[in-house]
Amino acid sequence: MITVETFDTLAAASSAMAGAGSGNRAGAGGSCYMGGGTLVMRAVNYGDGDFSRILRSRDPALLRIEPDGGGVFIGAGATMAAIAGHRETAFLAEAATAVGGPAIRNMATLGGNLFAPPPYGDLSTALLALDARVRTADGQETPMESFFARRRMTGPLVAGVTVPRPEPGVLRFRKVTRVRPKGVSVMAIAVRLPFRSGRLAGVRIAFGAMGPTPVRAKSAESALEGGGLEDARIARAAETLAHDLAPADDALASAWYRQAVAPVHLARLLRSAREG
Amino acid sequence: MTKTAVTFRLNGAETAIFVDGGQNLLDVLRRGVGDLSPKYGCGQGGCGGCSVLVDGTLRLACITLAESVDGASVETAAGLADGPRLHPLQKAFMEGFAAQCGYCTPGMLMAARALLDANPDPAREEVVEAISGNLCRCTGYEPIIDAILAAAADLRGGAAR
Repeated sequence: MITVETFDTLAAASSAMAGAGSGNRAGAGGSCYMGGGTLVMRAVNYGDGDFSRILRSRDPALLRIEPDGGGVFIGAGATMAAIAGHRETAFLAEAATAVGGPAIRNMATLGGNLFAPPPYGDLSTALLALDARVRTADGQETPMESFFARRRMTGPLVAGVTVPRPEPGVLRFRKVTRVRPKGVSVMAIAVRLPFRSGRLAGVRIAFGAMGPTPVRAKSAESALEGGGLEDARIARAAETLAHDLAPADDALASAWYRQAVAPVHLARLLRSAREG
Repeated sequence: MTKTAVTFRLNGAETAIFVDGGQNLLDVLRRGVGDLSPKYGCGQGGCGGCSVLVDGTLRLACITLAESVDGASVETAAGLADGPRLHPLQKAFMEGFAAQCGYCTPGMLMAARALLDANPDPAREEVVEAISGNLCRCTGYEPIIDAILAAAADLRGGAAR
């Protein structure tokens, strides 16, 4: 049996969650925070969730998308459709639109995407490449990478993310699927390629569905850093990927297949970035 | 089991019902209210058979927490026709043989309705995108896409492009 509790503020929901002695996704009989419901309601319908208590919040602050310093703050409750359609987050429109069909995008939230197991989490992959920071209900900010490293641990609820705004054209995103026009990710790739005086400085390469959480391919980043996008350099970056990626088998693709095609897709994305 | 009272407008009619904790909107519509137009396909938001509009926005009823529509307006394919007068989308689907087994049809109609409400003159690729969350295992999609484009032209009151 499931109980549902709805709170007017995120702070109240976060206290209730902390009072339960559990994190955003707790162990057997525990509590689970629900955003848009696309993952949590699936678990309810299939009866395979590890929770018996659903917490929700109607806090309007969760829906905010607004300038924040040099970047943008996106509330955890902002949907993929809201992010794709908002002027402030236009640089994320491609990644947000890669998620699901229109109905899913009207429901699925940023907060849920941060906690989505593979093969989901396309938007989070782009956020990782942008060095976004996760802001929790207690006001703390954590770099995406550290957030993903201990995502399953207990902690206060997520309020949103702050994202540094990339220069136009610097973020490149590609979702690899086996079904057109829309399918679930074999992998998602987000790269940030900022050039300073003709050389790459601050390269980020993030993969989704290639591990338990979105992950950076740091060896490939190092291979590109300080240089350009020459064929030899792209090839070097692509051949390092196996060090950093740890995909799993699922119904869409085997781990072996994912590892085998990741260098091909990264190289294609980098070449298309070079060609403008 | 604790029940929660939920009131919403279903195709314009005030509706009140008690729901269970965690019960989804599709279950409430089909078993609670008796609107059998939205279909149960996958139960995980993957097939689009349960597509409905909530406050004018396309959503999947099977993964919508029923109590979250309290105070909202819910529209299903059962509300498309005006008495015996079919909605132009229904007419176009019928005339274009856009349904075979028919299981996906109510969801397709609602996804198409959401598209045409926002964009009365969609390009073919916009129609493809609009129904990209709806699976059809019979038609191969082409007659559905053609029917939506024909309905759009009909609704605009002009000839097909």
